[in-house]
Amino acid sequence: MSIWEYANPKKFMGWTRPVLPWLWALAVACIVTALVWGFFFTPDDYKQGSTVKIIYIHVPSAMIAINAWFMMLITSLVWIVRRHHVSVLAAKAAAPVGAAMTVIALFTGAVWGEPMWGTWWAWDPRLTSFLVLFLFYLGYMALWAAIEDADTAADLTSVLCLVGSVFAVLSRYAAIFWNQGLHQGSSVFRAGRPDSVAEVFYLPLMLSIAGFILLFLALVLMRTRTEIRLRRASALEARMRSA
Amino acid sequence: MIALLIRDLRLAIRAGGGFGLGLAFFLIVIVLVPFGVGPERAVLTRIAPGMLWVAALLAALLSLDRIFALDHEDGSLALLATAPLPLEGVVLVKAAAHWLTTGLPLTLAAPVLGILLNLSPEATPWLLASLGLGTPALSMIGAFGAALTVGLRRGGLLLSLLVLPLYVPTLIFGAEAVRRGAEGLTALPSLALVGGVTAGCFALLPFAAAAALRVNLR
Repeated sequence: MSIWEYANPKKFMGWTRPVLPWLWALAVACIVTALVWGFFFTPDDYKQGSTVKIIYIHVPSAMIAINAWFMMLITSLVWIVRRHHVSVLAAKAAAPVGAAMTVIALFTGAVWGEPMWGTWWAWDPRLTSFLVLFLFYLGYMALWAAIEDADTAADLTSVLCLVGSVFAVLSRYAAIFWNQGLHQGSSVFRAGRPDSVAEVFYLPLMLSIAGFILLFLALVLMRTRTEIRLRRASALEARMRSA
Repeated sequence: MIALLIRDLRLAIRAGGGFGLGLAFFLIVIVLVPFGVGPERAVLTRIAPGMLWVAALLAALLSLDRIFALDHEDGSLALLATAPLPLEGVVLVKAAAHWLTTGLPLTLAAPVLGILLNLSPEATPWLLASLGLGTPALSMIGAFGAALTVGLRRGGLLLSLLVLPLYVPTLIFGAEAVRRGAEGLTALPSLALVGGVTAGCFALLPFAAAAALRVNLR
């Protein structure tokens, strides 16, 4: 059986129905365990004190914020090439989730930055590119909302997503060129290096990341199901009106 | 292509609106800046490169929705789509016409307005060069945004929401070139990057814009 068969809306609804409760349960279990573990059973950092614990929300949400856009890029490409409706609806469903994760990452970053850097906000390349990413999410969602015809909206937002991806990457490197950063480099996926996160923080962090990925999947699948139902409802309405 | 370019230029100049409006807007924004931040010359010198770039960018934004909207309303866009000239070429010409009627006048006016903001004289050639290299990218990106929103009745606000984030790299590199020029540092790398962004936009965006136009004309 080919993977493309899952793009059939009926089949998609079929397999997501039993999978979703499990996804939700796993996501909640992972996040709750990771946060309780991280907040109460890991020591304070010798320099940052207990503020280091923001990492359990900050890093996973930031990762999801970026990867949600990548997912939208891929599903938009699939829509343009193979014209599977579920694919583009998944991109539409992922956008608000990605935007919310961007806001969470920016907010937790500000809360963390205030005691550590002495400022809520700095025009640091990472922070700036996240703000720009948030604007891209807003533009993408606004374009979806503005166009009435569903297929036109799908095509145009997909083109926007492709072009936006190029410019998002470009903005990232432009921002590095523009200003030196205050934000540290990545310290998560570099086991054994001296600048890596210590072991005690590492395990709950991984669990939290897994939980956020599961949460993202659950939210996107649920929202995609809603979109498919909306499509069906509007198709029914159109048929009733013409009948 | 040349005939289309001449037609667009004529329309832009004779039909009024876009041509002078962008320049006037540019002037007004630059005049408003000292009212906002105070007339101290040192402060103005510091912020002049960035303000000139931001104001030029906003002025270029004003006339974007006219790139395709008028042709879409009277049906000539559908005619252009069926013409032997590929739609990508039409987009390219439209962007070029937009640049000639807004980007070029803005570039030429910028040094004069730079005097108002007490821009340091060493920066003026860099301002001319970076705006000259960067504003074509603004027009091209704008043409893409206009192609996306051409079918919408109130696309103007949405257009700016879509286009402004795309302007970020051009703005960063362009303003950086002027700032470095003003401080006597070497501005060539930033200038080369502005040129790179423009070249990339002109190479790739006509295809995206033409695809969007085809969808909107369906």
